[in-house]
Amino acid sequence: MFHFGGASCNNCDIEILDCLTPRYDVERFGMLLVGSIRHADVLLVNGSINKKDKPRLLEIYEQAPKPVLVVAIGACGCTGGIFAEGDTFAGPVDKIIPVDAYIPGCPPKPEAILAGVVKLIGKN
Amino acid sequence: MSKQTLIPVGPYHPLQEEPELFKLYCDGEIVKDVKWETGYNHRGIEKLAEKKSYDEVFFLVERICGICSTSHPFAFANSVEEIVGVEIPDRAKYIRSIIGELERLHSHLLWVGLAGHFLGYNTVFMWAWKYREPVLDLFEMITGNRNSYAMFKVGGVRRDIENQKIPAIEEVLSLVKKKTDMLVGAVMDDPVIHARTKGVGILTKQDILDFAAVGPTARASGVDIDVRRDDPYAAYPLVNWKVITAEAGDVFAKAQVRLLEMYESISIIDQCLVGLKKEKEGETEVKIKHIPEGYGTGHAEAPRGEVYHFVVSDGSNSPARHKIRAPSYTNIATFKKSCVGQTISDATISLAAVDPCYCCTERLAVALDRTSGRRIMNAKEIIEHSAELTNKLLQHE
Amino acid sequence: MVLEELKKTFSKEILDSESRNERRVTLYIDPAALVPMSEHLFKELGFRFIIASALHTKRGFEIYYHFSYDPSGLILNLHVTLDQAKPEIESLSNMFEATNWIEREMHELFGINFLNHPNLEQLLSEGNWALGEYPYRKTFKSNGEVQA
Repeated sequence: MFHFGGASCNNCDIEILDCLTPRYDVERFGMLLVGSIRHADVLLVNGSINKKDKPRLLEIYEQAPKPVLVVAIGACGCTGGIFAEGDTFAGPVDKIIPVDAYIPGCPPKPEAILAGVVKLIGKN
Repeated sequence: MSKQTLIPVGPYHPLQEEPELFKLYCDGEIVKDVKWETGYNHRGIEKLAEKKSYDEVFFLVERICGICSTSHPFAFANSVEEIVGVEIPDRAKYIRSIIGELERLHSHLLWVGLAGHFLGYNTVFMWAWKYREPVLDLFEMITGNRNSYAMFKVGGVRRDIENQKIPAIEEVLSLVKKKTDMLVGAVMDDPVIHARTKGVGILTKQDILDFAAVGPTARASGVDIDVRRDDPYAAYPLVNWKVITAEAGDVFAKAQVRLLEMYESISIIDQCLVGLKKEKEGETEVKIKHIPEGYGTGHAEAPRGEVYHFVVSDGSNSPARHKIRAPSYTNIATFKKSCVGQTISDATISLAAVDPCYCCTERLAVALDRTSGRRIMNAKEIIEHSAELTNKLLQHE
Repeated sequence: MVLEELKKTFSKEILDSESRNERRVTLYIDPAALVPMSEHLFKELGFRFIIASALHTKRGFEIYYHFSYDPSGLILNLHVTLDQAKPEIESLSNMFEATNWIEREMHELFGINFLNHPNLEQLLSEGNWALGEYPYRKTFKSNGEVQA
């Protein structure tokens, strides 16, 4: 999984990172966080994407080896959340790249993130 | 001047959860200059605050940053209560301090874990975050959410901490205390960590004063400042505790200050719980009907340092101007001193040592397309093309 | 005591003063006095710079420079009002690093010119808004009201 954090408050980022820790331990599902999009099968996107992030998100999506599953995490990832009325808002994620799964929450608990990703992988 | 190579760290780097671009201009392995490019995190919060009512602004400001989610509402509440000129009930003061100190605990544990991760010491990362979980569980029990607690309102707190919940809180605190003992032993006595962090990323006292840095970053260089003691608010003047400082100013000193502060936080919470039991349940706010014209200053000691809010009111239901200054704004700038002259690998831990919170640092905004044609490479491409790419990047002459 | 001493040393430059209590004081000063007063606060008296808040009102561009005297918990604001048509003021960044970024930010948001700033380049705006645009400026109608 490759994680792209847009203009966010960090809560979702921390909860995603929390999935790696002993209590939730995402590795037992065979999932690993990688450093390059070219090694990833799943792209996790969170944050309300702003005008500066938008071209870079597109670039990352283009560089991802297909097929890639995109997961929009958090209220901001799904709809822009409380920042949707801001002036630099350029999202939400599904207006920029196609999204395969939405995990809402502010932030979504690690259990919710794991459930969402596992469900997505099970379907594919 | 010899040619320098540009190594970008970020903006979407696996080391950082937030997008930030640090351009390290390097001569061989040594960092000669650092430039910081930002803008990836702008959300327009100061302007959004002008469109929302005072009550709604609390929900907005607690999402400035997930980790210091209480500190911004704390400072905002302090500033609006100053405009109104009201004093909140003691029970609310205790609750505010309890939430603030619990946040300090979870934030410092988070930092210890991340610092371990940056050093390549993943065990510290796993253990610190494992023992962070009980603190987040406490938050969920008290407030309903693990992060973003929505506990503050003008005049008091939104929810009470019922006395029946107190034993559970005390139990978690004694667990955290035991595990902090373990982490202190693991971090402070480990020779590898000593080698990687002692003498690295040094900021002298004069550097701190020059940059006006705050929080553990300042206290680790011998600058004795802490908003909770200097300009007391909430329950801090009602309990006994001390400010932790260190002298060396390196990454090790910063870690030391944060770990020892955790013991103080636990002590403050314990004393607040005692105070809470003495106050009448349910008296958690004083009702405020109207915010008069005027301006107010509110600051609070967040885990990273002083967070400062300045609110100008024109008598209406929304702030006329809301200026937010997060501690990371002054602290991140210190990398100019702490990273230059270090090797690249030391530069990353020096950057992490100020506990930067980029989402706190950039909040402002507005419209329109970029006009400059200059393209900034990102770290991902570096990993792929390494040597070939570094040659194509900007060369600093 | 610190305040009394300040008021005596700079009695000509202080146009007005206002205090909510002994810990919250605002001094309204002439823009030309900003550098000497800030230097005195920082070098002689040991004040710490917190941040500067700019706002655009019908009086012009107002900036509050917030300083803290930590030993007593005093927050002292130095307030200046700059010209509506050509807002500019001397930069404090040659004296210390602490104001470097906030002056660049105020420049990007309001278009205030900080004279002799060591590097008045873009801090936040690139990619988010164009050069020459000042998003936090307001437009005022002839009666002084804000045009939405």
